Amino acid sequence: MQTMRSAALVGNPNAGKSALFNALTGARQKIANYPGVTVERKVGRLILPSGEPIELTDLPGSYGLSATSPDEEVTRKVILGEFPGEAAPQVLVVVLDASNLGQHLVFAQEVIALGRPTVIALNMIDLAERDGLVISPAALEQALGVPVIATVAVRRRGLAELSAAIAAAEERPAEHGRPHTSLIERRVTAHAIADGAIVSETARHRLHARLDRLFLHPWLGPLILFGLLFVVFQAVFAGAAPFAAVLQAGVDWISGEVRSNLPQGLARDLLTDGVLAGVGSVVVFLPQIVILFFFILAMEASGYMARAAFLMDRMMARVGLSGRSFIPLLSSFACAVPGIMATRSITDPRDRLTTILIAPLMTCSARLPVYAVIIAAFIPNRNIGGGIGLQGLVLFVLYVIGIIGAMVVALVLRRSVTKGAASGFIMELPKYQLPRARDLGIGLYQRAWIFLRRAGTIILTTTVVLWLLLNFPRAEPGQNQVDASIAGKIANGLAVVVRPIGFNRDIALALIPAMAAREVAVSSLATTYAVADSDETRQATALGDRLRAGWSLATALAFLAWFVFAPQCMSTIAVTRRETNGWKWPGFMMAYLFALAYLFAGLTYWTAVWLGLG
Amino acid sequence: MTLDLLPIGQRARIVAVDWSRLVDEEAQRLQALGVDVGARVAVAHRGVFSGMDPIALTVGRMTVALRRAHARAMMVEAL
Repeated sequence: MQTMRSAALVGNPNAGKSALFNALTGARQKIANYPGVTVERKVGRLILPSGEPIELTDLPGSYGLSATSPDEEVTRKVILGEFPGEAAPQVLVVVLDASNLGQHLVFAQEVIALGRPTVIALNMIDLAERDGLVISPAALEQALGVPVIATVAVRRRGLAELSAAIAAAEERPAEHGRPHTSLIERRVTAHAIADGAIVSETARHRLHARLDRLFLHPWLGPLILFGLLFVVFQAVFAGAAPFAAVLQAGVDWISGEVRSNLPQGLARDLLTDGVLAGVGSVVVFLPQIVILFFFILAMEASGYMARAAFLMDRMMARVGLSGRSFIPLLSSFACAVPGIMATRSITDPRDRLTTILIAPLMTCSARLPVYAVIIAAFIPNRNIGGGIGLQGLVLFVLYVIGIIGAMVVALVLRRSVTKGAASGFIMELPKYQLPRARDLGIGLYQRAWIFLRRAGTIILTTTVVLWLLLNFPRAEPGQNQVDASIAGKIANGLAVVVRPIGFNRDIALALIPAMAAREVAVSSLATTYAVADSDETRQATALGDRLRAGWSLATALAFLAWFVFAPQCMSTIAVTRRETNGWKWPGFMMAYLFALAYLFAGLTYWTAVWLGLG
Repeated sequence: MTLDLLPIGQRARIVAVDWSRLVDEEAQRLQALGVDVGARVAVAHRGVFSGMDPIALTVGRMTVALRRAHARAMMVEAL
């Protein structure tokens, strides 16, 4: 008997491999209802019924062993044992969507034909039943000659049976020499097997078709999409306010306690002006991040995201991209890093590069604290009729400017550096599913945790370093501490460059540490003003009030315009370097984005001053 | 009749495909999704606003989005 070492999950995109992987290993891989969520192989530990652990690999979905995109290439290499430095997995677990056997069995036959120990997971059997489809796993097992286990990954059904089958499959002798079949032969066989395994079949996904009639309607569809996005931004502002107020009160209370309980001195100032003012000013945006992610995750899990790609395809086609680029770009609204990685599912290399280069223009969640703090300080919280808040509207407009900017850049790139024939749009539209509260909860918890961890690491570090640079050397009596400090001197140098676009010294000071991450701009401003004020008032002033006192509206608007374009994120630069194998493209990305940021901040400032808002 | 002209909801069978009009990867992807000679299809949705692109095609139990340019390479006969 061979020792147990490894198994891998393979199958068509959106068959539920990652959901099954999570259920079997206790991992928390991202799952969503559109093809191509997983673009990298992920490894976890599966405990067999015997108590023995084995290595389980989750693979990107694939339609066959001949790859057409970088993510499918990973799958092919792992299955065939061509992945550098790795043996092929011993057991192949083919995950099938029970409602779409005729299609999924095509690839399954190819895998079975490899003659390796194979188990079939007949997944999402509950959704098939919902559609009035009754399938016999036994009939399928007989036709395929390998064990078939019915599973519902997200409801943890069939997991023990599947583990047992994986353990048993390992001990089967590998069969070799099955004849190689053509795609057409496999397709005919797949349909024959599917027809044989279907016991009864009633109304065919009526709900699915009815929802599509609404969401894909040529006129209503785009209006619904637009309206939905609008609701998201209104909710981000209106819904988060009470929670943010509680968090702010908490930060203020701690700050007050520290002030009254610690002796006056630099250590206390470091805590209040550095850590609490800086990190606290970012942490209060947690509710807004959670609300934004709630909508993004719900759209992904329901299957609506693929419909959004369909609706956006025409607009993407105009600039030489396809709807396939829309999903990585939509992910970039959360964060450009997973967005850029998601471009691996794009077949055309030029399309992929263009999508990577414009991904940072999608307004990521790290910009939200920056936008929110400025909007809250400078845009009156007014209802402009029809229940639409002015603040939410401005936020919406900033997102739209980012999107338009991305489209224009794509258009230019497709006619210059990434010139080539436009590619098409081919994509499976998944069935609708009701998002499960548990999955949404886990997704939200993970995003909230990432946000807080950033606050505790990158933002804390840069804030403390900035505080030190702001406090040394100490000012002479009568001199302003910020002017005297190292940071102040550096900022005064940079201020010469950014003054023409309306930025003051304090903004110049915030932009340098904000290269690490955009939210740092907020924490840096908070720390700078806390240090500047602590000599005079000894009183913490709300950041918003302080901004209003020191900035003109024109400066504030220019600052917002800057952040629509500026590539201030180390992680994005790093992931671009990795995905494009070199410094050429990240360098290009930074150069063009900074140029745009400078230009647009300037245009905004000059226009605003001309309108008398200076 | 080519597939791009098929009325919405009309069931049809693909009788011929001029693969030479498509990029290799796209041809391969369409075949992998079962959009090939012999497939029974129906156009479920077509176009956004007044445009004719993209097309949502029902193939078996699946809905596949593709462009009009792909559909134009496919000859269909109504069932």
